[in-house]
Amino acid sequence: MPLQRKDLLGLEGLSGEEIQLILDTARSFKEVGQRPIKKVPALRGKTVVNLFFEPSTRTRTSFELAAKRLSADVVNFTASSSSLQKGECLLDTVRNIEAMNVHTIIMRHACSGAVNFVAEHIHASVVNAGDGTHEHPTQGLLDLYTIRECKHDFSGLVVTLVGDILHSRVARSNVHGLRKLGATVRVVGPATLVPRCFERLGVEVHHRLEEAITGADVINILRIQLERQDGKYFPSSREYANLYGINARRLGLAKPDVLIMHPGPMNRGIEISPRVADGPNSVILDQVTNGVAVRMAVLYLLSGGEGADENLD
Amino acid sequence: MPKPKKAQILDAEGIRRALTRIAHEILERNHGTGQLVLIGILQRGDVLSHRIAEHIGRIEGAPPPVGALDITFHRDDLARSTQAAASNRPSHLPFDLEGKHVVLVDDVLYTGRSIRAAMDELNDYGRPRSVQLAVLVDRGHRELPIHADYVGKNVPTSQRENVAVHLREQDGEEGVFIYEREPGEEAKEG
Amino acid sequence: MRTLIKNGRILDPASGHDAVGDLWLDAGRVQAITPPGAKRPEPGDEIFEAQGLAVAPGLVDLHVHLREPGEEYKETIASGTRAAAAGGITSLACMPNTDPPVDNLAMVDLIFSKARQQGVVNVYPVACITKGRRGEELAEMGELQAAGVKAVSDDGNPVSSPMLMRSALQYAGMLDLLVINHAEERSLSGKGVAHGGFTAAKLGLSGVPRSALEVMISRDVILAEETGSRIHIPHVSTAGAVRIIREAKQRGVRVTAETAPHYLVLTDECLADYNSNVRVNPPIAEASDREALLAGLADGTLDAVATDHAPHSRREKDMEFVLAAPGISGLETSLSLVLTAVTATGRLSLLETLRRLTSNPARILKVPKGTLAAGADADVVIFDAEGEREIRAAEFVSQSNNTPFDGRRVKGRVLATLVAGRVIHADPAFAVRRSGGLPAGGV
Repeated sequence: MPLQRKDLLGLEGLSGEEIQLILDTARSFKEVGQRPIKKVPALRGKTVVNLFFEPSTRTRTSFELAAKRLSADVVNFTASSSSLQKGECLLDTVRNIEAMNVHTIIMRHACSGAVNFVAEHIHASVVNAGDGTHEHPTQGLLDLYTIRECKHDFSGLVVTLVGDILHSRVARSNVHGLRKLGATVRVVGPATLVPRCFERLGVEVHHRLEEAITGADVINILRIQLERQDGKYFPSSREYANLYGINARRLGLAKPDVLIMHPGPMNRGIEISPRVADGPNSVILDQVTNGVAVRMAVLYLLSGGEGADENLD
Repeated sequence: MPKPKKAQILDAEGIRRALTRIAHEILERNHGTGQLVLIGILQRGDVLSHRIAEHIGRIEGAPPPVGALDITFHRDDLARSTQAAASNRPSHLPFDLEGKHVVLVDDVLYTGRSIRAAMDELNDYGRPRSVQLAVLVDRGHRELPIHADYVGKNVPTSQRENVAVHLREQDGEEGVFIYEREPGEEAKEG
Repeated sequence: MRTLIKNGRILDPASGHDAVGDLWLDAGRVQAITPPGAKRPEPGDEIFEAQGLAVAPGLVDLHVHLREPGEEYKETIASGTRAAAAGGITSLACMPNTDPPVDNLAMVDLIFSKARQQGVVNVYPVACITKGRRGEELAEMGELQAAGVKAVSDDGNPVSSPMLMRSALQYAGMLDLLVINHAEERSLSGKGVAHGGFTAAKLGLSGVPRSALEVMISRDVILAEETGSRIHIPHVSTAGAVRIIREAKQRGVRVTAETAPHYLVLTDECLADYNSNVRVNPPIAEASDREALLAGLADGTLDAVATDHAPHSRREKDMEFVLAAPGISGLETSLSLVLTAVTATGRLSLLETLRRLTSNPARILKVPKGTLAAGADADVVIFDAEGEREIRAAEFVSQSNNTPFDGRRVKGRVLATLVAGRVIHADPAFAVRRSGGLPAGGV
């Protein structure tokens, strides 16, 4: 049955069943993406708003495509648009949008928890497209979908996340989702970027790459955000690549059929070598394809502006 | 959750005979299997279409190609909010529709909205030469101008009743049943 | 006019008195405490029936932000002092991080004069340590002290330079001014908005490590030791800080310390729904820290509870957690929260609890308050120590009701607050207990 939920703010609060429901529904939508006419009328007449306070081309485009393939009307608001520039507070901005009877707002914001705040104050469904360093649930879901498509079962699977875990919303969503589905999760990166307290989420914390990727079934490589670092968390991108870069030689430590994943955009030559990025283990482009299907599933399953009470027996 | 059945319309034998007859009728009308494809509407229409294809295969020597449609995303709003969510299988049409004579297969024909959704979806795959409809049970009460070309059994019903087709592969038993709708229970779409 | 408060349980931590009796006030001062009924009232005496209630010196709050001048939309001296009275507080020290800041004689005189005209409780302005709170040059503390200032602080800002802090301690020390430093090493707290533990990490909130506070507290007690001056540590929030202060006291350093009610009640788990009402500086830490604070309050390491009353308007709180203004409006909830967390749990007796709210803070500020000794100012709070109530932010007297405690059930209700013998706050339920006297201006 449809998720009895107005919003998708994170994977932390979802049950394993809910996650599997979204993935199952995504599979049907992936098939839609392979038809000559890649559209279904499921959200016909509904309005979906992309509200992106942080710039993003790929995520926004992916959501836009997902909404359009569901036959929804899509409107894009970006941070540079007028009302946000004029200092209108977040609540007013969102309420004004809701007053136009929108079904769903897809929101990306620089502050962790901003989507929670908005969701509490409006009736429309809110989909978190990334809030600060908190969660990026649709990215987590498409990563799970990609893994499931290749590996089928999560229990016993070893998934290693590499990089700036501390500042990564993708990492948090992945950790929550993977743990719910029973995978073994390892996180690895410099001690300044991988807090030990993450062990409380049920993951193994490593600071040496070799240990963390030995025997891994999946390696999900996070983008190292050079613009953030300025020498405070690690000395240079050169050193980062030396210690934590995934190259062909290191790949040998993982299982032969290891999946290489990356949320993009990649810093080729730093966290991932070009050979690995383009190699046979990489499913990075599948992630993008799956992203549209997963986002269609999420938009389809949320109750939207009508509220959940009309649904179901 | 076993509901008290009011009456049994068909038993396992009855279903088998109906499907065999439908298989013969399809062949007669389409002059054989040339350009013929069967497309079942998930879930039970899909089971039935495979059985009909098997019958045809026994008669003609080779079964026609079979596909399946998941119509969940094409249902109109009202139906979508009351039905179970997406069947766990996506649509699957392993052939090109161009020039084909499609026979849609479903278990129960009722308001006709499922068939409308199926035809809409079919359109997104291509342009068949013709579309026909085979159903195991026609229970009347059409809300759209849809009609079945092949019918296993006509079963007059009231709006207060529901018709359930149980198939071995899906439900562990074989039979077509009528039962009284519980107060608050929604009508099964069809 | 004489006032008699009779049959209450009179608690005076300064003298150790804790017994049911009659409290006599005359001409704005405490006249005497007698056994119940020992002295008969005369016609014209105002009488309050305090049977079943506690009677104590009015509370002394070392840390309050009144926001005037400059941010009157959040609070004013008038509204803030009325809120204090509603919380049973009769003397308060107000912080100088106003706009303009209180770093010169004109501003100090302004606060004193406004408090006299519009305030309803005793107000002791705290002046800045450095000019403009910029942490660069010392403020003219000599002149400020002569004007009646008892303590200096740049609260909100730390004095980051160790050299300047040492200088400030020496200079203030010679004037017998109390130095209160907001201990926060900014290069460590960085962009932190919450306590740097597991909860913040999970929620994607930038964390403030304990070291950001403890490194500077450590520095400050060492400097106080070296200079021989008095120092007071405000809003202590971590276990490590308690340990540092305990050890310093054992060595004879002239250090005193306060914590705030919210650190005694909440832990960082309250961050879970990004409720901006829990956004406060320093941030609320973990259960182990809360435990250490309660133990520190009990064993005397922490001398006082001060509210750090920080009113903010709704439009500064109704937003993303990360951008919301830090602070809790605490004057009206302090006594109840402390009674619930400290007294009702058996950590301290009622008398000892009140000591941390009355005589200790008065002693730290060196003001003749917080006591019911004969001749002392008749600043009294009458409260029901046992009765339960629900905190209702909508009913706050303060102009701002930014609190995480709305809806919480707590023990303790202030029924009446007297300053210089006059009732300046009374709960409606208290009116029935009053008889005799002149028609009051306050009830």
